[in-house]
Amino acid sequence: MTRTDPTDVPRPDAQLHFGVFFQGVNHWTIWSDPASGSQIDPASFLRVARTAERGLFDAFFLGDGQRLRESEGGIHELDVAGRPDSITQLSALAAATDRIGLVSTSNTTYNEPADLARRLAGLDLLSGGRAGWNMVTTHNAWTGENFRRGGFLDHADRYTRAEEFLTVARSVWNGWSEEAVAASADARSWSVPGAVGRVRSRGAHFDVDLAPTLPRSTQGHPVIFQAGDSGEGRDFGARNADVIFSAHGLDFDDALGFAEDVRRRLRAVGRPEDALRILPGTEIIIGATEKEAEEKARWVRLEQVTPAVALGIAGRLWNIDLSGRDADGPLPAEDPVIVEYTGKFGSSRFRDTLATVAEWRAKAEANGWSLREAVIELGPQRGHVGTPAGLAEKFARFVRYGAVDGFNVSPYLVPEGLDDIVDLLVPALQERGVYRTAYTGTTLREHLGLAPVE
Amino acid sequence: MPRPALRLAVELDGDGAHPAAWRRAAHAPAELLTPRRIARTAAAAENAGFTLVTLDDSILPPSSGAGPVGRIGAVERAAFVAAATSVVGVAPVVATTYAEPFHVSSQLSSLDHVSAGRAGWVVGTEEDPTAARAWGRPLVEGPEALAREARDGLRVVRDLWDSWEDDAVIRSVATSRYLDRERLHAIDFEGETYSVKGPSIVPRPPQGRPVVLARQDLVPAELTDVALVGGTTAAETGAAGEAAKAAGVPLAFAEIEVALDTPRESARERIADLERYSPWEERPDRLRYSGSAEGLVALLAELAAHVDGVRLLPLVLDEDLSVLSRLVLPELFVRRLATRPLPGTTLRTSLGLPRPVSRFATDTDAVSATPAALVREETR
Repeated sequence: MTRTDPTDVPRPDAQLHFGVFFQGVNHWTIWSDPASGSQIDPASFLRVARTAERGLFDAFFLGDGQRLRESEGGIHELDVAGRPDSITQLSALAAATDRIGLVSTSNTTYNEPADLARRLAGLDLLSGGRAGWNMVTTHNAWTGENFRRGGFLDHADRYTRAEEFLTVARSVWNGWSEEAVAASADARSWSVPGAVGRVRSRGAHFDVDLAPTLPRSTQGHPVIFQAGDSGEGRDFGARNADVIFSAHGLDFDDALGFAEDVRRRLRAVGRPEDALRILPGTEIIIGATEKEAEEKARWVRLEQVTPAVALGIAGRLWNIDLSGRDADGPLPAEDPVIVEYTGKFGSSRFRDTLATVAEWRAKAEANGWSLREAVIELGPQRGHVGTPAGLAEKFARFVRYGAVDGFNVSPYLVPEGLDDIVDLLVPALQERGVYRTAYTGTTLREHLGLAPVE
Repeated sequence: MPRPALRLAVELDGDGAHPAAWRRAAHAPAELLTPRRIARTAAAAENAGFTLVTLDDSILPPSSGAGPVGRIGAVERAAFVAAATSVVGVAPVVATTYAEPFHVSSQLSSLDHVSAGRAGWVVGTEEDPTAARAWGRPLVEGPEALAREARDGLRVVRDLWDSWEDDAVIRSVATSRYLDRERLHAIDFEGETYSVKGPSIVPRPPQGRPVVLARQDLVPAELTDVALVGGTTAAETGAAGEAAKAAGVPLAFAEIEVALDTPRESARERIADLERYSPWEERPDRLRYSGSAEGLVALLAELAAHVDGVRLLPLVLDEDLSVLSRLVLPELFVRRLATRPLPGTTLRTSLGLPRPVSRFATDTDAVSATPAALVREETR
């Protein structure tokens, strides 16, 4: 691999930003290894957050999912599951960490803005301005069965609700002027007269009237993350987000294409190109040599894609219950069943089922792959694999060409999965001048290099 | 036979129980909403030997007058306090009048996880109609409807805590299964105003169920661990405690507002100072004590014959917590009228409450499993 000449690139001074995504639900987190720790013990969260902080990461992320996944007629059993309420867990981490950003994924469908905005603002104050909110939408009635209203939102309305939600949340966060609290106990009242506003909002989705109860934090208000990849989701991000948590970070051209698309959308809404950061999610697998890294990656894939997991993934592509079949045998001979995606875990997520199945068949035949090997090779791909130096060179190129601003790293092992990245990759990045050697700010907004909020 | 010693709880919301308490706080007004202040107050209560701290809450501002209009959410504060302490129990006030019981269950379950089994829940209710406007939800009006939402919310939350059996995570490499779906249960709650499917997204809390504290008029006795009782006299309060226990609640705690003499001023003078700004309305369900530390010790000794614990609501935290810590609690401990929690125990253990078996438990040996669970609690 050749070194990038830093003077000959679009962004010679660009710095890489890392977040860590403690996933808690999915087949990417290996649970079968003896080193795999608890998914709920607070010590696991603390260990990962502190390792990330030692590695000068920008942020620690938690995910969202308000119903346990199901497959083959019952609760999905094969993957890690069972995770804490994100804002509650992060409020505890606020007391046990100093610098790292704390990002909660919280959905706008089964929350109400006054309540969620208040929780996020509380986390922001408790952490000294380190809170972030990864906004997600969910529309499916299946999740709604856990909530008072049940499923109520049409698919088409999920982003209009999210946008109105954010507008109300921002009004709540901006409801107090700076210096809204009396300077001394002798003042006429605790709050400065006129400094605490009221939020009245009446729209298609919300009709609220409230007095916000919290001041602005050191960073103004929580940093907004957004992950939707559809055109609608990207436009939403371009209008509203501070950070895009994208799915385009494996292949350089794909990442650059996505970044250019986002920048185009930013220009279209009149925001400067550097108004947001793009952090694709990725796994990072490190070895002392390329060969060792490849072998480790092979081991990770085999642990992640057990025969049962392979049958489950292929079963969701075919929409056929394949449990009980031989994962080391050939692909299913029958044609896939075409059903509409309902949002329920277990319904098909593959965009064009027939074409995908045809592609899988052709490649499996050409390479002599079993069903499990086909899932490993052709299923969702996850990570960067290499030596510390090789990965540092690769990431330096990604960031200096503006393909990404960093990565949101998903460790495949909890809690020790970040150790290699912090101990080996971070120093290699620092040597190349693309990674900070100390935190220079105290807030998440400062870590990300974002402009202060107005 | 002497009754077990009292367990002591203290309310730490804001600057104290008096609406003008902030006037006498030992910090600048804006300091109220900082993590430093919250951690310091909780540390003072833990070091003093309280078994439990409670944190009041509402979506509405704490004051509609000249007092503080800012407050960090009680669940967030409780989680922060849990991580900043190691022994004391932490119980936020949470109302299910408008909140989603599914979220409330996850939040309190997570609080129990982050505190290693020190979580409690003071069941609250949003009585002010303007709370409905803040939430953007249809108004819940009248005592009956408010009690219905509190009761249904509590049922859903408890069932969701039980929806994962303790051993639902099996990590069976041989069968590729992380979970055993037979040990996860839909709760299929059907109430008058809503239904909830379940199971929870959070594994069963370390305590099985966080400790539920509630007023008797709000939720049924069989759903409550600790009844919060009160009256305008000690006799009335003691009788309320006895009544709650007769109704089947395991424990009764007396609610007592306290204003104590400090080295510089008497309680009477301190109250009079604050009354210049706003009145301290008496509540029929709370006993009020003002005076010397010795007098409070004598009152608690009297109540100890009728209740299992007390929840103190200090006039001004920065003043009364110090007197409680220096003069009241040590005397109670010396005379064995009260006990402090042991390090490494859960809140249930500190309160002498058993760890409940999940109501969905399929293990036929569930009853014999209880002692083992208790042993684990003692040593965790």
